[in-house]
Amino acid sequence: MLNISKSTLILVVLGLIAPYVLYPVFVMKILCFGLFAMAFNLLLGYVGLLSFGHAAFLGTGGYVTGYLVMETGLSPELGILFGTIAAGLLGAVFGKLAVKREGIYFAMVTLALAQLAFFFFLQAPFTGGEDGMQGIPRGTLFGFIDLNDSLNMYYTVLAVFLFGFWLIKRTIHSPFGQVLKAIRENEPRALSLGYNVNDYKWVAFIISASLAGLAGSTKTLVFQLASLTDAHWHMSGEVVLMTLLGGMGTLFGPLVGAASVVTIQNYLSGGELGNYIHIIMGVIFVVCVLAFRSGIVGEFQKFMKKNFN
Amino acid sequence: MASLLDINLFGLFGQLLVGLINGSFYALLSLGLAIIFGLLKIINFAHGALYMLGAFLAWMALQYFGINYWVAIIVVPIIVAAIGILIERILLRPISNEDHLYSLLLTFGVGLIFQGVFTHIFGSSGLSYKIPPELKGGFKLPFMYLPTYRGWIIFVSLLVCGLTWYMIEKTKLGAYLRAGTEDPKLMQAFGINVPLIVTLTFGFGVGLAGLAGVLAAPIYSVSPYMGSNLLIVVFAIVVIGGMGSIGGAIITGLIMGILEGLTKYFYPEASTTIIFVVMVIVLLIKPAGLFGKEN
Repeated sequence: MLNISKSTLILVVLGLIAPYVLYPVFVMKILCFGLFAMAFNLLLGYVGLLSFGHAAFLGTGGYVTGYLVMETGLSPELGILFGTIAAGLLGAVFGKLAVKREGIYFAMVTLALAQLAFFFFLQAPFTGGEDGMQGIPRGTLFGFIDLNDSLNMYYTVLAVFLFGFWLIKRTIHSPFGQVLKAIRENEPRALSLGYNVNDYKWVAFIISASLAGLAGSTKTLVFQLASLTDAHWHMSGEVVLMTLLGGMGTLFGPLVGAASVVTIQNYLSGGELGNYIHIIMGVIFVVCVLAFRSGIVGEFQKFMKKNFN
Repeated sequence: MASLLDINLFGLFGQLLVGLINGSFYALLSLGLAIIFGLLKIINFAHGALYMLGAFLAWMALQYFGINYWVAIIVVPIIVAAIGILIERILLRPISNEDHLYSLLLTFGVGLIFQGVFTHIFGSSGLSYKIPPELKGGFKLPFMYLPTYRGWIIFVSLLVCGLTWYMIEKTKLGAYLRAGTEDPKLMQAFGINVPLIVTLTFGFGVGLAGLAGVLAAPIYSVSPYMGSNLLIVVFAIVVIGGMGSIGGAIITGLIMGILEGLTKYFYPEASTTIIFVVMVIVLLIKPAGLFGKEN
């Protein structure tokens, strides 16, 4: 029997009706960034590794999918698949290097490696440099679902998101995920129990990078463009913020955080406050760290435990 | 033939000079990061923003108050250090016992705020700061032309780095600092005011970033983003050098700057990435960094 929790069921139902209530592109953006943040949270929340370079994987997924779909006429499903694989391969290389260092060094190494990727995308002939790739066709999924129809596109994104959600949930609750949590709680002890800690971190890194790439690939199809913004360190900072705000180490936190940040950005970019966007993001960072460390979902869970258990 | 060689030599020495200047900034910034890391065990992600702040304060001092470069180069680092001290006391102190990743995120947020505020006020295009008249012109050396201001940057940077090294390695205050790095609790037990030393250390490290900002103002355009890209390179340099030694941070900074300059001459396409590539190689061969200790 399928073991579906109440909260997952609510998520699916909300996902199904959302495009009739909200602007579909807006919800798709939230789902893409939600998947991105969940992938990031797999490392930060469940292994305790702060990657400051996840934009590299989002960007790689986007660029590879964009290039394949636009220049070679590949179908969208294969485009997404290869984009994800490319990000996973890059994650394998970066991860192998990054897990050699811990804590603060891990953050600096991932940031520097991502900058390396950024300069590659800036200079490589196929990415369009500063302009990025524009007018990427959405194409026809499996040969019969026209993605130019916004509802078709929406449900495709929802399916991709739910697949990522399921995979992360499955990973966290697997014996593998338990070892990851053990590493987070007490690395020397996990090591002394005979677990090859670095290999576990590495595999987690690859999964995380692949899913971040999946988010990037999907996002590229939705917005029909791939640009340097996705590979910039600002994006790496943004995904940290989403996860922190929503609640790191919780399953739904990153999605809630992504929804909050995307909503704030959409709201601000329209009005006079657009100039304040970085200031506001910075303030949210500081407030979260000082006073709101469990994030929205974490605080909510605490509240529920205190009052209803 | 000889003239062709001359031109090449001119180009080569020119890039070496550029590299040495970049290296001077790398050395000042990574030295500040290393000092802060030694005692606080945190990486200051706002370091780039405080470097930017130093440059902007120098620009504002001249523009609004007519305060010249020579006053600014003394006063601005002190102001930046004071701001650093406030950040340490108000924001970092309350979470000093938490996971150090939180302080990293906090300083990142602080950096974003500074960057956002300056973008809001001055826009993202750069402002220019005139080279002080005393340092205009240059020297004609047998193999190259050395603009006075560029020589000044290298001189100040080496002097400050050298003095800092001396202070930490050879004086009593430095001995406290090194003891604090080894075992802060024991030092506190000996009656030394560790929290005060921590605060002053943070202020000093950040002040070095402010000084680098003032030095940079006349040759780079003063813009809100001048610090962030530089900081990522400095992080790579810190990983390459390891944070084990003060001297290591200085030397690695200078060498990486020169290496970057050489790359610009021999293979310009790779000049933006060479330092990251070196970082990858160092991670493969000696993960703790060239001067780092395995732990």
